[in-house]
Amino acid sequence: MIGRALQYMVLLLVTLFFLLPVYLVVVTAFKEPSAISLSTTWQLPERWYWESFVQAWNAFLPKLQNSFFLTVTATLLSAVLGSLNGYVLAKWRFPGANVVFPLMLFGMFIPYQAVLIPLFQFVREIGLGGSLWGLILVHVVYGLPITTLIFRNYYAEIPDELVEAARIDGAGFFGIYRRIVLPLSLPGFVVVVIWQFTQIWNEFLFAVTLVSSPANQPITVALAQLAGGEAVKWNLPMAGALLAALPTLLVYIFLGRYFIRGLLAGSVKG
Amino acid sequence: MRWFRNKDTLYGFLVLLPSLVLLGVFVYGFILQTFWTSLTDWGRDPTQALSANPRINFVGFENYRELFTGFVDARFRQDLVNTFFFTLFFILGCLGLGLSLAIALDRGPRGEGFFRTVFLFPMSLSFIVTGTIWRWMLQPEGGVNQLPTLVGLPKGEFAWLTSREQIWRFSWNDLPFFTGLVVGLVLLLIAAAAFRAGEGKRGWVASVSAGLLLLWSFTFGRTLKPLPYDELHGFNLAFIGIILAAVWQMSGYTMALYLAGLRGIPEELREAARVDGATEWQLYRHVILPMLAPITLSAMIILGHISLKIFDLVFAMAGADNAPTDVPALLMYLTTFRANQIAKGAAIGMVLLLMVALVIVPYLYRQLKSEVRR
Repeated sequence: MIGRALQYMVLLLVTLFFLLPVYLVVVTAFKEPSAISLSTTWQLPERWYWESFVQAWNAFLPKLQNSFFLTVTATLLSAVLGSLNGYVLAKWRFPGANVVFPLMLFGMFIPYQAVLIPLFQFVREIGLGGSLWGLILVHVVYGLPITTLIFRNYYAEIPDELVEAARIDGAGFFGIYRRIVLPLSLPGFVVVVIWQFTQIWNEFLFAVTLVSSPANQPITVALAQLAGGEAVKWNLPMAGALLAALPTLLVYIFLGRYFIRGLLAGSVKG
Repeated sequence: MRWFRNKDTLYGFLVLLPSLVLLGVFVYGFILQTFWTSLTDWGRDPTQALSANPRINFVGFENYRELFTGFVDARFRQDLVNTFFFTLFFILGCLGLGLSLAIALDRGPRGEGFFRTVFLFPMSLSFIVTGTIWRWMLQPEGGVNQLPTLVGLPKGEFAWLTSREQIWRFSWNDLPFFTGLVVGLVLLLIAAAAFRAGEGKRGWVASVSAGLLLLWSFTFGRTLKPLPYDELHGFNLAFIGIILAAVWQMSGYTMALYLAGLRGIPEELREAARVDGATEWQLYRHVILPMLAPITLSAMIILGHISLKIFDLVFAMAGADNAPTDVPALLMYLTTFRANQIAKGAAIGMVLLLMVALVIVPYLYRQLKSEVRR
């Protein structure tokens, strides 16, 4: 009995801790700038005020478009490459694959500060400095380890007998991929696409260092700049934070099951 | 051709090749280049830093020596201390909260799906969004400090991110001694565990190295002084707010890990323990928690490497220039891209890489070895 009470008390208290910031964001975003004061932080707005969202939307629309273009392109490219790589590593282990795979995986754990300086120069030298394509390239490359890992573990579940049978029927490397592996890949693609979408949408370090011109900024950089300015009233950053969070939040709410699978796959064995 | 079993394996290798080349260049090539840069004086002369063909001289490990023992780089040393305390409390917070939530959810409460959704949603947010929200939550005159007034108590007075207080101060010169002491004690614990598990050889190796290390700490560790003067470092209380926000964001992850682990424990095992007369407390203490130990280790490593790399959250919460909440990842960015001290920035990046590699490489090795055995 005490156990039950304790259980619900923990759950409710922690729920409060998790939802208080959400309440504060929503309440602040809907207040008139003149109605925002530190001492009345927690009160509901006297008049619900939509204007902040219109303003934030107008200011952020180009950045949201940048983020969408960047995220969708990089996600799809890294998913396709990851699928092919995973297929090779799961079904066609060439000599040395046992050495190559961990070396690939290490790439997803490194602090990117250790490659940032040459990376910055490299992107500039190939003429992509400051553009979204440079950022896309970087996200595709550093996304390869995780997408390869998830697909490799996923394809390991496909029985080798199936591949063997197709070979006896005369199918080769690409035939087996197209007729057997790819049709079974949908759940794998869902997990990888959701994971990469969330990661790239939320990323900040590459975005802030590699993209110099404001016109190409992704949303995270724009939001950090807006909120970092001291003079700004808090209704705008809060509305902006909601807009920036919305795409990944929607993905999480509707496809949460797959999101969690990606999350657990990140701890290597899954 | 002889290397490959057949034509299809060769195709496989060729398909993988572009990715291998890309990662080879972008990960290992660039790391080597950063390391090389860190051994030069690029950026020391401001007029050379941004020129198209900078004159760069090789200076060996001078940048590293300055970071750890130079007068001007005291900020880097405080950043390392910050990272240490941040990592410690962040991991403890996530493990504690995650485990409690997982146990509470595993016991089948009503509305389980709702609770799970609530605890995990911050994982889908950007650190920038989280940072922006918590920056507003932790305004000294508003937010969290105003919460007590809602129930009639006086308002909180803690300055959160703007706090300048520092506790648990110690001299940088004591660091070799303390490091030796702590690592030595940990090795002793490992030795004790090995002896208890009947692995005598491992136990002896561990206890001998522990003995040597402790001996060194008490003799040479005391006299080894990196700095000619005492430089005090400690835990900056401004970090409490950042730890809070980070735990808010990441404890759902440990909850998901633990919950998956708990769901994997067969019901018969719990039944058997109950039949044997174990109380619920004993059931958790002696049956369930030991089975979750590998998960705890994985979670510690994943969270640990995240906290060593933490950058965006601090950037968004406290700004890049708030010295009390600085971390090495942020200092690297400022040093390289704002101050144009490129070689120094490269050295900080390499120190970060070394710290992360110490945590991640053994983990990857163990994970993949056990996979091959399976």
